[in-house]
Amino acid sequence: MTAEATAQAATPPTWTGRPLRRFEDPALIRGLGRFTADVADRHPGALHAAFVRSPVPAGTIRSIRKPTGAAVLTAEDLAAKPITARLDRPDFIALETPVLAADAVRHSGEPIALAVAASRAEAEDLAERVVVDIDPTEPVVDANLAMKPGAPTVHPHLDMPMGNNVVLAAEFDTDGGIDGIMADCYELVTASIRSRRQSALPIETRGAVAAHDPAAGRTTLTASVQMPHMLRTALADVLDIDEADLRVVAPEVGGAFGQKMCVAREYAALVAAARRLEATVAWIEDRTENLLASWHSRDHDYWIAGGFDPDGTLVALDAELICNIGAYGNYPVTFGVEPLMAMAELPGPYRVPVYRVRARAVTTNLCPIAPYRGVSRPVITLAVERLMDAAARRLGLTPGAVRRANLATEFPHFMPTGMAVDPGSYRESLERAETVIDLAAFRAEQARARTEGRLVGVGFSVFGERTGYGTPAFAARAMEITPGYETVQLDMNPSGGVTARIGASPHGQGLATALAQIAADEIGIAPGQVTVVHGDTDATPYGWGTFASRSAVIAGGAVKLAARRLRDRLARIAAEELEAHPDDIVLAGGRAAVAGTDVGVAVAELARTAHHRSHRLPDGLEPGLAVAASYDPAGTFSNACHAAVVEVDPDTGGVRIERFVVIEDAGVLINPMIADGQIHGGVAQGIANALYEELVHDDDGNLLTASLMDYLPPTAAEIPDIEIDHLATASDATVTGAKGLGEGGAIGAPAAVLNAISDALAPLGIEVNEMPATPERIRALIRETERARSEESERRARATARRSQESP
Amino acid sequence: MRLEANGETFDVAVEPRKTLADALREDCGLTGTHLGCEHGVCGACTVLLDGEPVRSCLLFAVQCSGREIRTVEGLADGDRLHPLQQAFWDHHGLQCGFCTPGFLMLAAAVLEQDPGISDADLREALSSNLCRCTGYQNIITAVKAARDQMTP
Repeated sequence: MTAEATAQAATPPTWTGRPLRRFEDPALIRGLGRFTADVADRHPGALHAAFVRSPVPAGTIRSIRKPTGAAVLTAEDLAAKPITARLDRPDFIALETPVLAADAVRHSGEPIALAVAASRAEAEDLAERVVVDIDPTEPVVDANLAMKPGAPTVHPHLDMPMGNNVVLAAEFDTDGGIDGIMADCYELVTASIRSRRQSALPIETRGAVAAHDPAAGRTTLTASVQMPHMLRTALADVLDIDEADLRVVAPEVGGAFGQKMCVAREYAALVAAARRLEATVAWIEDRTENLLASWHSRDHDYWIAGGFDPDGTLVALDAELICNIGAYGNYPVTFGVEPLMAMAELPGPYRVPVYRVRARAVTTNLCPIAPYRGVSRPVITLAVERLMDAAARRLGLTPGAVRRANLATEFPHFMPTGMAVDPGSYRESLERAETVIDLAAFRAEQARARTEGRLVGVGFSVFGERTGYGTPAFAARAMEITPGYETVQLDMNPSGGVTARIGASPHGQGLATALAQIAADEIGIAPGQVTVVHGDTDATPYGWGTFASRSAVIAGGAVKLAARRLRDRLARIAAEELEAHPDDIVLAGGRAAVAGTDVGVAVAELARTAHHRSHRLPDGLEPGLAVAASYDPAGTFSNACHAAVVEVDPDTGGVRIERFVVIEDAGVLINPMIADGQIHGGVAQGIANALYEELVHDDDGNLLTASLMDYLPPTAAEIPDIEIDHLATASDATVTGAKGLGEGGAIGAPAAVLNAISDALAPLGIEVNEMPATPERIRALIRETERARSEESERRARATARRSQESP
Repeated sequence: MRLEANGETFDVAVEPRKTLADALREDCGLTGTHLGCEHGVCGACTVLLDGEPVRSCLLFAVQCSGREIRTVEGLADGDRLHPLQQAFWDHHGLQCGFCTPGFLMLAAAVLEQDPGISDADLREALSSNLCRCTGYQNIITAVKAARDQMTP
């Protein structure tokens, strides 16, 4: 029986909550989906672009020599303003991103010129004939080195009063006396935590088609993006074009995960080229460009200290957070999101009475950073969850006991930074995970395995995931551009079908299906009668696209509010026709009926009346059935506990994940099948973060992992089946009762995996605090322990020998 | 030259350096075959060449003259979905759908060559391709369901 059939057999009273098969799928499984490259390849006469990119991470551009007669555009030709987003805070230094590099290059792969020809192959040939003369300068790639006085400066024209290359330095302290508290505490536990540089790596790379229509004076940019409206505004600003003359279309988007959220310099160059050439110009990024010069992510380096009581109670938390943000800023969220989210949310779901933190963003000669699924939270969760396990080991307590001593149980819970956490099931999720794992049985098995020399371990990670937050939350970050609300326009046509036009813009998560379920429940029709229109700025209200686990919560909330308005309109029309009171009209099964009677009328008939017999509408009702609503919630925390069971091979350093359990609490699930799919995918990316993926640069800033032969996303052979169990804590923080969960898998998994590895390696006294925990890194830790142990035994042997010689 | 895809004949003029993937997409209009890496790792461009799953980004179109090519567009029988397509839909085996054509063609070849393939061998075979959205779990569930349905 299919999931859908199972659901229908159970006949729940609502469409919400059913694992409905997705409306998106029939086209996609037939190969009929229209992705950006398909638009390019089906556009007769489209020209193709290739970018000339910097071969060095730092240098001064002396000259650019173009082949004569060919279409090659440089910064000089574009006359574009830089792309710049700002935070309105004194400790933030904005970094301007030129559309094309003009005087200097600041990272490998930075675009310098755009070559346009009849095909991609010819454009690449042309790009190779562009001669760029660059004087290389000494690059700096490591954030800690970059902060040192005398290190090369990435933006020498900017004054850096907060430290060399330091472009944001934020501090927070609840209590001036933390040094004394730490000195006096029973147990001080410290850890250095590192998450190396990663790529969000959507399987569809970035790409766009800019088509200029000289007759209308308008340019349409079809692009694989998450924020089409935002991109339109940015292009208008940067290229000085009337925003009404721009249309941005996000067709099918082949995954994004954050990498397609911020404004890409390449898109601005394409629009400028299309307008200048009065042509259609396409650019589909290749994988090497994607790894080299699309947005990078993570690259956080923390020091964290916790003061603990003997019973595991955390008395104070102290942290230094350093984020390597690469060479430039990002638009609209800014690089500030990395350190600021980390410092605001580091305490997580734990009661932390005293908290001091310093968070810095450091610019280097690497590709700029943009938010990637979870943003800073995979790393802060790793930091705090490693701290909990390290404290347990030092105090002789179980990891569960230390967590139970500190987890918030009363709500709203306030983090030391003042952020309010709405009701959740933090402690319950941990306990459920321990039960599903059968912790007692596992510990017995682990002890037995150790006697055989096998290293197995279990790790937990408990966390809250802030989701669905609107403008107040972003305003608190002092963003010049404050995203957050969503608007939905609903229109019932004369045949009774509903079109929902949304400002949100899905990238493959099944949003159209979920929103149709929400609308259907309110209007009393089937979800199949709801068509969701998205990703076209000419056809949808202004909105903020998809990011930050917001789509189901905020767009879903706006759909619900708009659908209520439509329902009320329909009820009034029905009341007039049925000679009843609007409050007595019930909409269900495609009919409007008087409650408790057989008297009713088809909703489609009411739609005909509204459009074709509008003279018969009740007084005060406009013709037609168009309504709209906006939704701008304060935000809500979903929560989860992840648990991993691993076995580590001490000879190779390889890690095999034997089990992975997720206890998820996202409140009301709109479509449980889609929700579980989000968890599966998020966990797989979290495991990738924990074990496999790393963009490696040499000391000179050259990317050594520029293909999928070297950058290693996991396959089906590495990712285990994930066991999911749901809790459902009601929250009145959202109109649907739903909490977001798109990022949680990626947030919680790394900490669970590294805790499990550390548990497995406990007999060797090893704690693993750096990810990806590659076989090489694990072997290095084991070798270090072995060396220390063998030195210790040699020392003892020598001492024994000396004593026996000395003894008479 | 002539390409035979999904039982249809395409007379195309291509440069020797043009890959099969690009020729299918640009010259035959078969844009269901997607390109994820263009260096033979991700498998999004997987098509069947004389029944064998191949990376169409690693073959030149001129190598494929006179050979039988099958792409995702040829998987369904008219309006009737192939059991694999149906299973991917039923079991949420796709999210963004970009890698899906490659997985469908890979799985089609695997099940044609070994209809009773074991779960472990199936997982191994499906590890040839990359997916970024699903964590693979529902892809594997879907292919197992199709296998079980196709070999009662």
